[in-house]
Amino acid sequence: MVTSIKKYQTRPLDSFKKAVELRKEYYQNVREAKQQGKLLITGGADSMVALPAGLGDYVFFEGEPYGATISMDPEFSGKCVEAAEAKNFARDMCAYMRNYWGSMFLNKYYFGGEFPKPDFVMQLGFCDTHAKWMQQVGEYMNAPYFGIDMPVGTPGRNVEAKVKYLTSQMNDAIEWMQKVTGRKYDDDKLREAVRNECKSSTLWSEIVCYNKAIPAPLEQRLIFTLFIICILRRYERKSVEFYETLRDEVKQRVADGIAAVATERCRLMDDSQPPWYFLQLYKYMEKYGVSVVGSHYSFFLGGSLEEMPDGSLGAPKTPDEMGMPMKTREDILRAYALWYIKKPIISQMFALPHFKSETMLRLVKEWKVNGVIFHLNRGCEGTAMGQMENRLALTKAGIPVMTYEGNMADRREFDEAQTLRRIDAFMESLGLSKLES
Amino acid sequence: MTTQVEYWRWTESRYTNPEVDWRKASTITAGIDVGSVSSKAAVMADNEILAYGLMRTGSNSPDSALNAINRAIEGTGLTMKDIKFIVGTGYGRINIPFAGKAITEIACHARGANYIWGPVVRTILDMGGQDCKAIHCDEKGKVTAFLMNDKCAAGTGRGMEVFADLLQVPITQVGEMSLQVDKEPPPVSSTCVVFAKSEGIGLLRQGWSKNMVLAAYCSAMAHRVVTLLERIGMEKEFVLTGGISKNIGVVSRLEKELGIQAVPLPKDQKFDPQLAGAIGGALFARDLLAKSRKAF
Repeated sequence: MVTSIKKYQTRPLDSFKKAVELRKEYYQNVREAKQQGKLLITGGADSMVALPAGLGDYVFFEGEPYGATISMDPEFSGKCVEAAEAKNFARDMCAYMRNYWGSMFLNKYYFGGEFPKPDFVMQLGFCDTHAKWMQQVGEYMNAPYFGIDMPVGTPGRNVEAKVKYLTSQMNDAIEWMQKVTGRKYDDDKLREAVRNECKSSTLWSEIVCYNKAIPAPLEQRLIFTLFIICILRRYERKSVEFYETLRDEVKQRVADGIAAVATERCRLMDDSQPPWYFLQLYKYMEKYGVSVVGSHYSFFLGGSLEEMPDGSLGAPKTPDEMGMPMKTREDILRAYALWYIKKPIISQMFALPHFKSETMLRLVKEWKVNGVIFHLNRGCEGTAMGQMENRLALTKAGIPVMTYEGNMADRREFDEAQTLRRIDAFMESLGLSKLES
Repeated sequence: MTTQVEYWRWTESRYTNPEVDWRKASTITAGIDVGSVSSKAAVMADNEILAYGLMRTGSNSPDSALNAINRAIEGTGLTMKDIKFIVGTGYGRINIPFAGKAITEIACHARGANYIWGPVVRTILDMGGQDCKAIHCDEKGKVTAFLMNDKCAAGTGRGMEVFADLLQVPITQVGEMSLQVDKEPPPVSSTCVVFAKSEGIGLLRQGWSKNMVLAAYCSAMAHRVVTLLERIGMEKEFVLTGGISKNIGVVSRLEKELGIQAVPLPKDQKFDPQLAGAIGGALFARDLLAKSRKAF
């Protein structure tokens, strides 16, 4: 299974800096939205973030990435989760939510100043915790709240009914947004934002497919830095431009045989969000010559994959590429609804674990993965759901699996020493020893 | 000044195999397993276990490791210089300065179990001081999969020590006493040892006998590890290692719940199953030494 030690050529990724810059700019935009004359809207990262585009300039302040960011600062995160718990919110609730709420209750924005007050709150209810998360934000910040209910069920079934259900809510949302902001809605701006979002997503999907190559041009820590633009700013043209540049760079790395981990001799995947405050985990595995080439989570939070004519997984086409009409508001909303209904992060991870198992098995095969590490994540009810079922499916298929307990954004539930100990044992079972101390 | 009896204290021990003359051996190696509760050292002369020492772990790993190896070689005529390669394992393995290599206790327990019980072993349940591990291995004792309990000490040796102290029952008698009940009581909480202790106190106040409370705790421990075994996928050729493997109250309940018997120790076997990790370490040390000699 494990090949002999070989050192691949490696070089820094030029687009890395740009990703960091775009993320920094985003959080500045959140803080300064009002001064810039933009609307500030808050909601979950998987909300239909292009929908408010028809109102004009706006910044969509997403809850989960902000909660993850806070978790990387032990002092501030500690204060935030305690502030949320002091308001009687239970410790076993979503850790992103508790960090975000804590920041709101303390009235401290992590990037400086007071916690930004949104003009309104909009949430897609694909995760029931999140629907209540944002309802609480609306009530506490005295901001109007609109919730869109996400239809769930077996992928491919009752699609028309699901589309109808979503588009009718989106039409209601547009009416509501015009009413609460006093702004007129421009369908051309909606069309552009939806196109940007779909294009960003397919570009990201295309990029992760390049990681099928040996050596992998990207590894998971890098992937986390790069995928965030597709989460935070996917409705913007800047996002599309960023991913076009990145796609070309990654493609070239594959052509040049450039590795993210020079000593790659074993390829792993992981599952669920990582403990964001301990991304050294990946660096630690690199000592064994391990390249973590991605995950269901990092591939699908921003992207999607579907079967190509040759039977392999590849990037899906955008509505325009599929020839879907995008002329009227109804056309655009229909295309946008279909886009969300097909999202694997919603249809598999949060609803149907056996579909996720099937996808994971395909990822393992096509990305030539030697084993899978599950972060049994106590901080996220959604991604933790079905993890043991997924583990079982992989084990039955003969894929080595390791699990460790933790929490993506509450370090009080993470045991660093025990986790590293398990990794050491897993590496031994894969026949790997450290290449460096 | 009064002396308080520490019921949790188990007896430290050592053993020398009288059938092995280390002076005739070409290679002497050792494995030292520094666990959270006990430190074990096994010394191997060629392919035979020569001696072992089983000691309580102190406040620091290097001293505990030294203590265990010194106890193992006590009276054998061996000195540390005679030991050509040492593998450190267990919780404190990276802090053993005289070990040539650190290997996880998961790998060492599988290897040691393979040595003690033979190639038939496929599933190993290591019930240690502060964690439990379910390990799958192949016929050579190589780990193929493993699972560990989550972060609480309930269902581990430390939890059992807490109960021994609470009920003022010597730790070595806990298992036997837990079986002396007319009717099996429902298990106590297995989520947390602190909760389990509180529940135990409550049960005593309700008039439960010590035996009943011990039965409830042993039952909870057994049930907890059954879940771990079910998660990893149980194969009937299973054995128990670690300190709790010597507690008949837990082992018999575990076997009952699983519906299968653990593979018994071979009749001529003199090794304490708590030593499996150290024995595995000594075997790895032997192999590593042979490999390094080959390289030259």
